[in-house]
Amino acid sequence: MEGLLSLAVKAIFVENLALSFFLGMCTFIAVSKKISTAIGLGISVMIVQAITVPANNLILTHLLSPGALVWAGFPEVDLTFLGLISYIGVIAALVQILEMVLDKYFPPLYNALGVFLPLITVNCAILGGSLFMVERDYNFAEAATYGLSSGFGWALAITAMAGVREKLKYSDIPDGLQGLGITFITAGLMAMAFMSFSGVKL
Amino acid sequence: MAHKRREMLIDPLVDNNPITLQVLGICSALAVTSSLQVAFVMSIAVTLVTAFSSMFISMIRNQIPSSIRIIVQMVIIASLVILVDQMLKAFAFEISKTLSVFVGLIITNCIVMGRAEAFAMKNGPIDSFIDGIGNGLGYGLILMLVGVIRELFGSGSLFGVTILETVNNGGWYVPNGLLLLPPSAFFIIGLIIWAFRSWKTDQVEEREYKIQTVEAH
Repeated sequence: MEGLLSLAVKAIFVENLALSFFLGMCTFIAVSKKISTAIGLGISVMIVQAITVPANNLILTHLLSPGALVWAGFPEVDLTFLGLISYIGVIAALVQILEMVLDKYFPPLYNALGVFLPLITVNCAILGGSLFMVERDYNFAEAATYGLSSGFGWALAITAMAGVREKLKYSDIPDGLQGLGITFITAGLMAMAFMSFSGVKL
Repeated sequence: MAHKRREMLIDPLVDNNPITLQVLGICSALAVTSSLQVAFVMSIAVTLVTAFSSMFISMIRNQIPSSIRIIVQMVIIASLVILVDQMLKAFAFEISKTLSVFVGLIITNCIVMGRAEAFAMKNGPIDSFIDGIGNGLGYGLILMLVGVIRELFGSGSLFGVTILETVNNGGWYVPNGLLLLPPSAFFIIGLIIWAFRSWKTDQVEEREYKIQTVEAH
């Protein structure tokens, strides 16, 4: 249990997907102009991340990794090379299903988050989360914790960024830095702030 | 025609750069630039994947029903990335270790999807191929620029060859450790955008609010 807690803290702060691995940067820069939309997108990413990372973990352990197909009578088959295509397939399918479920059962939530859901399929943070899970050999409980907390970390980062940008638009910025340029530099400063968490051990 | 194709190849380098103007593909761009060699391999991989995926998608563009086109594009891109990943693991294992998850993340690199959606769905295979190469090179250009700055000043070398002898090895250069850390990539890209836009002033974004000067009484 303690291990999971420290994993969660690490995924939220120290190894923040957006600010220390630059994942999901395209949407991070493009959709962080207003706090309300940023929160919407952040929550959608968190939900999708919390579902897809454990789901991909199940697929990896029960279908792809060497020796996983013993139950089907193929003990020697190693399908890990199909990893990338299956993870992205799972993500695309889950996003689609989530969209339909929300549309049918939670219309208000769908109206709030609907526009962001298609964007999420191509958000590198989601695929990145699954790939980190594979690379670090997480088991199912760790994968579930990692999915939820890394999604939360991403949501935290984009909300903070949107807050800074809402104030920033009133400042006098050199012409060439206007918009994209200053956003990058702000993100850099935020990343430095987040780095002060590194070394924190629980 | 030949002239137009040359334009298509050169245009994304500065005038319509995928990173600094279209804001595409920054995701993986920043994390792999702390050493030049890795940045170089990454640029080649992205250029090849963009070019070939654009070409294949453009070949079958009239057969794809538009409701499932994203999935079809994803499958084509993912297959190409798997090829690149397996090649890297076979012939450049060390580099593939350093790149870790970022090879896989080429799938969700917005440049690849963006060009497939914006260009390849409307143009012929050869044009799409050239457009893919051009955009890949524009991405590579920024990646290499950032890579040169980070490796030269961060560890005093280029492509692993020592240029500035560091103090630790008995030289004179005190390396700037910040440049090896993630935040520096943001600063460098921000400054590169500033430089690009001071040169090509038509890329400057409109202000949302203007500073008014009030006359003193």
